[in-house]
Amino acid sequence: MELTRRDAAAALAAIGATGGVALGVRRATDDRGRPGDGEADAAWDGEGAPDDEAVREAMTAAARVLYPEEVSGIDAFVDRFLDGRLDGSAHAEGVRAAVAEVESAARSWYDAPVAELSAAERDDLLRELGADTAEEDPGGTAAERVRFFVVNELLLALYSSPTGGELVGIENPQGYAGGAESYQEGPR
Amino acid sequence: MSGAESVGDGRSGAEGGAGEEVDRTPVPDADVCVVGAGPAGALVADRLAGDRDVVVLDAGPRFDPADRLARQERAIRPFYGRPDVWGVGGARDAHENAGDWFYPLNHARVKGVGGSTLHWQGMVMRLHEDDFNSGTERGVGPDWPIDYADLRPYYAEAEKELGVAGASDNPYAPPREEPHPMPAFEPSYSDSLFAEACEELGIDMHSVPNARNSEPYDDRSPCVGYGTCQPVCPSGAKYDATVHVERAEEKGATVVDRAPVERLEHDGDDRVTAAVYATPDGERHRQEADAFVVAAGGVETPRLLLLSASDRYPDGLANGSGHVGEFFMDHLFAGAGGTLDEETRQNHVGFYTSACDQFYDEADAEQAPFKLEFFNYAGPSPVEMALTGDDWGDPLLERLRDGYGNHIAMGGLVEQAPRADSRITLADDRTDDRGNPVPQMEWTVGDRALDTIERANEIQVEILEELGADVEWVAGPDATGPAYHHMGTTRMSDDPDSGVVDADCRTHDLDNCWIASSSVFPTSGAMNPTLTIAALALRVADDVDARLSEGT
Ligand SMILES: Cc1cc2nc3c(=O)[nH]c(=O)nc-3n(C[C@H](O)[C@H](O)[C@H](O)COP(=O)(O)OP(=O)(O)OC[C@H]3O[C@@H](n4cnc5c(N)ncnc54)[C@H](O)[C@@H]3O)c2cc1C
Ligand code: SF4
Repeated sequence: MELTRRDAAAALAAIGATGGVALGVRRATDDRGRPGDGEADAAWDGEGAPDDEAVREAMTAAARVLYPEEVSGIDAFVDRFLDGRLDGSAHAEGVRAAVAEVESAARSWYDAPVAELSAAERDDLLRELGADTAEEDPGGTAAERVRFFVVNELLLALYSSPTGGELVGIENPQGYAGGAESYQEGPR
Repeated sequence: MSGAESVGDGRSGAEGGAGEEVDRTPVPDADVCVVGAGPAGALVADRLAGDRDVVVLDAGPRFDPADRLARQERAIRPFYGRPDVWGVGGARDAHENAGDWFYPLNHARVKGVGGSTLHWQGMVMRLHEDDFNSGTERGVGPDWPIDYADLRPYYAEAEKELGVAGASDNPYAPPREEPHPMPAFEPSYSDSLFAEACEELGIDMHSVPNARNSEPYDDRSPCVGYGTCQPVCPSGAKYDATVHVERAEEKGATVVDRAPVERLEHDGDDRVTAAVYATPDGERHRQEADAFVVAAGGVETPRLLLLSASDRYPDGLANGSGHVGEFFMDHLFAGAGGTLDEETRQNHVGFYTSACDQFYDEADAEQAPFKLEFFNYAGPSPVEMALTGDDWGDPLLERLRDGYGNHIAMGGLVEQAPRADSRITLADDRTDDRGNPVPQMEWTVGDRALDTIERANEIQVEILEELGADVEWVAGPDATGPAYHHMGTTRMSDDPDSGVVDADCRTHDLDNCWIASSSVFPTSGAMNPTLTIAALALRVADDVDARLSEGT
């Protein structure tokens, strides 16, 4: 099942992010340092706070293990979702800091940025960080923060979107303004 | 984002920081001072604002409507508890529990402009005729000093004010002449499953009146199905009292937020002279007015009266009867649920579309009135399930598919009879952020309600079994809980020795002080209270207006 722009917009709407400001920022970055545009040398080196591009790469890599096999279009979905979420708010800073934790663990335990790890290694990494058993807490331990800002952030985006809901059998999941008709309809 | 509190990361308590430039000084020459900006206070203020100088003081902040989606995220994410969604908790909202039954007060209210309707479900029914005469008709509790007929025109007005989607398909509802302002929501798919079973059993189903737009109304959106009505509706389709607060302001009323009233002062002529309130900068002010309407909800209203004790009223203001705080009632939940071996399509919306009032008027001294509800959000919501557990990827999807899809459940509310030992008092040794004693809850429930919960459970299980459900849980007398309807603590009575307010909701002791709240209900019925609160509030406004005109 393919995640679409509509899914990303719905996921953003579920949490109240609009992304207007961030889109402007994003374009400026696009012109400079997107991998593949010939200027990969601008990429983050693992020191200090990750820039937006590094956050996008790490989050997309995480989503590829957090999301089920049958979803496609993950890169564009996460990218677009982060357009709205990396908005200079305290939440965006929390995402950035949690990604820094994940990256730092990837580099010290696996000698590579998270985006370069295999799927199995990424899965192991998140578990070794404790993000599988931790309860989400934006001000908690590293595991709880990674659970909040990376794992649950991405799971919330997916399962509050129409495609994410449909995977489970509900085309109008909580948080998605899917209208007041679907509740009247029988199984499809 | 409002200056009062942040919906960013972390739990927000009731923050009190100053900083923004808001004038919180008293309004000179006010005609009416309303304490509390929930639906009761907001409706009184709106009704009077065109002709009178009205000032409304509310203890909590004014919430920024732009934050509603961010609050919805809080409603979904497991880190946040229900009180976090609207910033309830902390020293401001401290309380004590002393009774046999624990009462989770901070799950049961919102403090801020809009009051608990920000958080409410939005089911709005009229009380039945017998509810007003429970003593005579059922042998339990006092009769109200007013009848259904007295409130009937006000009920119709309240339905228009709130915007109620409903239908006249309920043969058990009290008589009405005019249709609801909006058509009822269509029944849900799971209602159709219930309908077959109920038909077999001879049990009637009918629509539920909802204070929620089924079509555009009052410049507010129709329901778009966010599914998080309780505790937040991001679309504005669900009525909340900010509608009337804003309308009152447009007509000239002044609304002061974060201004908890700590005390009402009176003179030697038994008239309230001022509401003394605090502001975030640590100042205290006196709002004077010709008339005062206390609309601080069913718990804070008696607390404020008790805090206002004086030499003349040593047991608390308006407490000549000694009943302020007594007869605290709530509706009790009765429920049952389980699974079917077919899809039930739950959690698309966050409200009910069908109910059953068939057993309501069987009530007598042994059996309380009760009503039954057919859930549209039984079982887990997949998005919430996805955020807990130690799996992800394919195993998580598998768990969600196993866990979602075939739940079914019923709920119901049962009346609690009034008793003096179920009450709100002031705590002896605990104070809030302003140094005022906090409310102490002593909630006690009698056998009639508990037996009635069992009766409701029997019917619920019978329906579920007829449906072929595997019944997995029953919320009976041991697992019941409150519906968050705070009633009875300043009861209405013609006799000043038996109640706190008269039939006009004016305090017996103080000529220019009214109470607009479910705290005036002598008995509670089993219908959700807010439509009755709204009808009484409109009636209070008319009485205040008439008496101001007469100069009494
Ligand atoms: C989860 C939930 C679901 C509910 N569902 C339903 C439903 O489906 N149907 C229904 O009919 N009812 C429902 N209710 C109940 C409904 O919300 C209340 O009946 C209604 O809000 C009461 O209105 P009110 O104006 O009397 O009080 P409130 O809404 O409690 O408003 C009181 C206001 O007074 C302010 N205040 C308190 N103390 C002071 C003070 N000292 N000084 C100044 N201001 C003060 C508060 O900040 C608040 O804004 C529900 C409630 C909850 C919590
Ligand atoms: S289901 Fe309707 S009323 Fe409930 S939150 Fe959504 S839009 Fe609001």
